[in-house]
Amino acid sequence: MTSYLKIDHIDKSFERGGVRTDVLKDVSLTIEKGEFVSIIGHSGCGKSTLLNLIAGLTRVTSGAILLGNTEVNAPGPERAVVFQNHSLLPWLTVYENVNLAVSKVFSGRKSKAEKHDWVMHNLDLVQMAHAKDKRPAEISGGMKQRVGIARALAMEPKILLLDEPFGALDALTRAHLQDAVMEIHARLGNTMIMITHDVDEAVLLSDRIVMMTNGPAARIGEVLDVPIPRPRDRIALSADRTYLKSREAVLKFLYERHRFVEAAE
Amino acid sequence: MTATARKAQPVSEATPLTEPVTKTATVVALPKPMRSTFRPQAILAAAARNIVPPLIVVLLILAVWEIACSHPGASLPAPSQIWTDSADLISSPFFNNGPQDIGLAWRVLISLERVAIGFGLAAFVGVILGAVVGQSVWAMRGLDPIFQVLRTVPPLAWLPLSLAAFRDSNPSAIFVIFITSIWPVIINTAVGVRNIPDDYRNIARVLRLNHLEFFFRIMIPAAAPYIFTGLRIGVGLSWLAIVAAEMLTGGVGIGFFIWDAWNSSRLSDIIVALVYIGVTGFILDKLVAFVGTIVTRSN
Repeated sequence: MTSYLKIDHIDKSFERGGVRTDVLKDVSLTIEKGEFVSIIGHSGCGKSTLLNLIAGLTRVTSGAILLGNTEVNAPGPERAVVFQNHSLLPWLTVYENVNLAVSKVFSGRKSKAEKHDWVMHNLDLVQMAHAKDKRPAEISGGMKQRVGIARALAMEPKILLLDEPFGALDALTRAHLQDAVMEIHARLGNTMIMITHDVDEAVLLSDRIVMMTNGPAARIGEVLDVPIPRPRDRIALSADRTYLKSREAVLKFLYERHRFVEAAE
Repeated sequence: MTATARKAQPVSEATPLTEPVTKTATVVALPKPMRSTFRPQAILAAAARNIVPPLIVVLLILAVWEIACSHPGASLPAPSQIWTDSADLISSPFFNNGPQDIGLAWRVLISLERVAIGFGLAAFVGVILGAVVGQSVWAMRGLDPIFQVLRTVPPLAWLPLSLAAFRDSNPSAIFVIFITSIWPVIINTAVGVRNIPDDYRNIARVLRLNHLEFFFRIMIPAAAPYIFTGLRIGVGLSWLAIVAAEMLTGGVGIGFFIWDAWNSSRLSDIIVALVYIGVTGFILDKLVAFVGTIVTRSN
């Protein structure tokens, strides 16, 4: 049986002024349908590069990424991205931002009324229907990120890519959004890949945690299964043995074996 | 099931922790900010602040001018002299007594028509060229140096070439306006397009927007503040150029009126025309700025 997403021995290097920098070296990973996988690592380890490669925003240097049976070589709505800083278009309202995606992705496939219902359905999923006529500047950071998630979900992606989606939010808002994402994952069964540098977030949300070694030429250091049954509750988990063990394993990897050393240049 | 909008609740209604937490989020509509309430006193005060100082300065200038130019043999007419010479031009801008004897407002309108055509073309072509230069590194490398050289050519230097090419004064004047006002539009649009955040571009790539959709949905709105800066500079330049061009090409515009008045030594008429030109230029500038603030308000 072939897996849903297959990252097959990929290398990524950038060339600048004749100097070649290896960012990722021999990264392989398979992800099954409906799985929630987090990628964690110190900053600069190339985890965002890995996500951009899956999204198709940058091309692999060698190796291949397969989604289903098709090779990923360009961006597309079947691999929707939730960007770190929401990247909503400020001149469009919340509704129009989601509608831009819906009208493009479903053009010719849904009627006007169906598109409208689909936009509202996705805004409802992230509880933002009440703010549909607001512009991004008029809503809070957490709300913007909710709309960003709604826009990505509205593309009906095969896989949802979240690039440090809650990095810019305060702890309380972040917790709310994590719950929202968990709930959506439970309800829709999406396949999700999330980049994060937050250990608790990774353990709480993920089925598996992919830990990256430090760059340059970063690779996958370890993959940790998180066998905590869903639905998960953050308060109950704070004393859960599996949770604490998983958390410890990630912390050990990040701070003992692959301590981040600032490059002395 | 998260309580998204709970933080919108008033703080004073602090619920005790023991109370069962409802799982639905309630949304409290915030009162709309007070807007456009009619307060005559405030409006009067604002008008006084903005109108009284320039009025005083204008009166002072007129007084000094009157004193300086009222002695016999003065080379320029004093304000009182202008009034006696050109009262008809000042008081009735819309009279029409035949082909070459029309009010200054008509002349300004004729000049404005040329500006509208020339500047309209410049805005259209300039935004498209600017988008190309901003979007493509090779187009920028190839075209930018040429633009930088051409934009320094004074408007009137284009006129002989343009007369030779079009063999008619009206299209030549319009071309001079076009070529004068296009450069700031191109350059500002290009800068605006180059500054479109990568995130917006990535969104467009994920959604697979085609070039046309990208141009209208992302590029134009994102670069709008820059584009309007360019348009505002451009409209100012085109108004500068039309007066100069009309002085040379003739016709019925306000520029030719000045030249005509000079040839018949009607200095008072020239001064009145200058005021018309200045006020019109000011209004044009404010008009483009106003459209710009409306269009870019949401950014």
